[in-house]
Amino acid sequence: MTHFIDDSTLEGIELLSKLTLTVEERVQAKKDMNRMLDYIDKLKELDTEGVEPLVHAVLEEKYRTGNEQNGEAFQNVFREDIVSEENFRDNLMQNAPESHEGMLMVPRTVG
Amino acid sequence: MENLRKLSAVEVSRLITKGEIKVIDALDSVFQRIEESEKEYHCYITLTKEQAYERAELLQKQMDAGEMNGPLAGVPFAVKDNLCTRGIPTTCGSGMLVDFVPGYTCEAVRCLEQAGAILIGKTNMDEFAMGSTTQTSYFGETKNPINPEHVPGGSSGGSAAAVAAEECFFALGTDTGGSVRQPAAFCGQVGLKPTYGTVSRYGLVAYASSMDQIGTFTKNVTDAAYVLEAIASRDPKDATSIKRNDTDFTAALVNDVWGMRIGIPKAYMQEGLEGDIREAVLAAASVLEQNGAVVEWFDLPMTEYAVPTYYTIACAEASSNLERFDGVKYGYRAREDKLHDMYRASRTMGFGTEVKRRIMLGSFVLSSGLYEEYYLKALKVKRLMKQAWKAAFSRYDVILGPVTPAGAPKLSDSLKDPMQLYLSDVYTVTANLLGLPAMSVPCGVDKCGLPIGLHMVADLFQEKKLLRVSYTFCNQERSLS
Repeated sequence: MTHFIDDSTLEGIELLSKLTLTVEERVQAKKDMNRMLDYIDKLKELDTEGVEPLVHAVLEEKYRTGNEQNGEAFQNVFREDIVSEENFRDNLMQNAPESHEGMLMVPRTVG
Repeated sequence: MENLRKLSAVEVSRLITKGEIKVIDALDSVFQRIEESEKEYHCYITLTKEQAYERAELLQKQMDAGEMNGPLAGVPFAVKDNLCTRGIPTTCGSGMLVDFVPGYTCEAVRCLEQAGAILIGKTNMDEFAMGSTTQTSYFGETKNPINPEHVPGGSSGGSAAAVAAEECFFALGTDTGGSVRQPAAFCGQVGLKPTYGTVSRYGLVAYASSMDQIGTFTKNVTDAAYVLEAIASRDPKDATSIKRNDTDFTAALVNDVWGMRIGIPKAYMQEGLEGDIREAVLAAASVLEQNGAVVEWFDLPMTEYAVPTYYTIACAEASSNLERFDGVKYGYRAREDKLHDMYRASRTMGFGTEVKRRIMLGSFVLSSGLYEEYYLKALKVKRLMKQAWKAAFSRYDVILGPVTPAGAPKLSDSLKDPMQLYLSDVYTVTANLLGLPAMSVPCGVDKCGLPIGLHMVADLFQEKKLLRVSYTFCNQERSLS
């Protein structure tokens, strides 16, 4: 099924993307996106029945250099829950648009 | 002084280490050049002259005391503006981050500074690395130093142009769909994208996390090997960073391709490819053949699916990665009374057109009901592509072709059709999708005098094959002329 982006679809996309387009931008966006979708629809030519999606291109490789097996296979990178960086708050707050006593200020979130 | 800036990174470092020149001489040579040419080319968004000279003083003392003598010590370099640098504005070429000053430095830059190289500025780029011309930058366009009526390429156009203009000795860029290799081709430089996971992405502002890699812009292949060696590392701060035992890339700087098997995909050399570029690629293949490589044409399946697969996945990941720009913690904040209005207005005013386009497409292909049809489908096609390329690498060491279907377009008419721009990524995107190492090496100029790039891709972790082939090729080129 070829999807077509009309006004109501675009409204939904704007909401998802948290963007607000102008009237002119909407006209152009529909045109551009429909063109892109037509092009992406090319993937439907391929039969992918039973094909596993490939998420991480390198995950499944044990790699070699020359003839030997070298290095390690991709593995779980979880580490122990030990704090390694402290007193970073002031550093991070330097870019806050609005802050108060080390806390970010935003418009009211409830009520 | 005039001649200093023409040297390669390794050459200038050697002079400094031997004491024939001072660190400050290298800095003077690039900053003098910047005085002359930066107004026209606009390679940089931010220059860090004061910090660079302070650093030079410290470095000179260390070098005089014999404490710092690596192959990149004292070398002035530039960095694309989506790599975080502590205390130095990092804008990603966007109005969203005009005032953003990171409190930390990206790992790759930290590695280079530890090696004694000197950061001199942050280079111009397409906004959030989305583009192929550097014209979507909030800060204006960069001109191609080879011919200023033309684009330098993108998204790392500023970095490519800075090296081409001799405004630094080498530069870092990022490559998600070709954004190091394509501008390298357009500006006549060597561009290298390593295997995914080789260079830490800590401090790199994410565009498409499964494909982003930091890459190098250098004047020659030797420098590329040295810079990559310096920045490759297993970094616990990047969960996708890989521990490799074979990062001695400089060992591959060998003038020998005897017996190496080089495959040219027929599909890459057909219509749609400019004649001059085809000839240059074929001439390059012939040079390699004369040096004992076995060059063969072959059928590489799935090439026509690379670009749609790439844009589906890249836009999807971008839409997720750019969610963080909402006016809350950093970046542009619009004044609104309600929270959701603030998110929406901040993003609407902070982002440019191309970024919005990709975010919207990404949100669409990830939305419920469509996720399987688009995003998951693209991931399945990616699996099929991996199978096709794995088969190719069982027969060939290196896959050779052009970097771009045409030369650098003129600044005045490059952005007319976004689809055209997307299609011109046809040769480069597969390396990103599959995490493969790839390089662009200058191999001639077209009728208009614009540089042509030779594209080489190798299997995962096989940068050394790329370096060997390109080193041999460039050496032969020099001896031929």
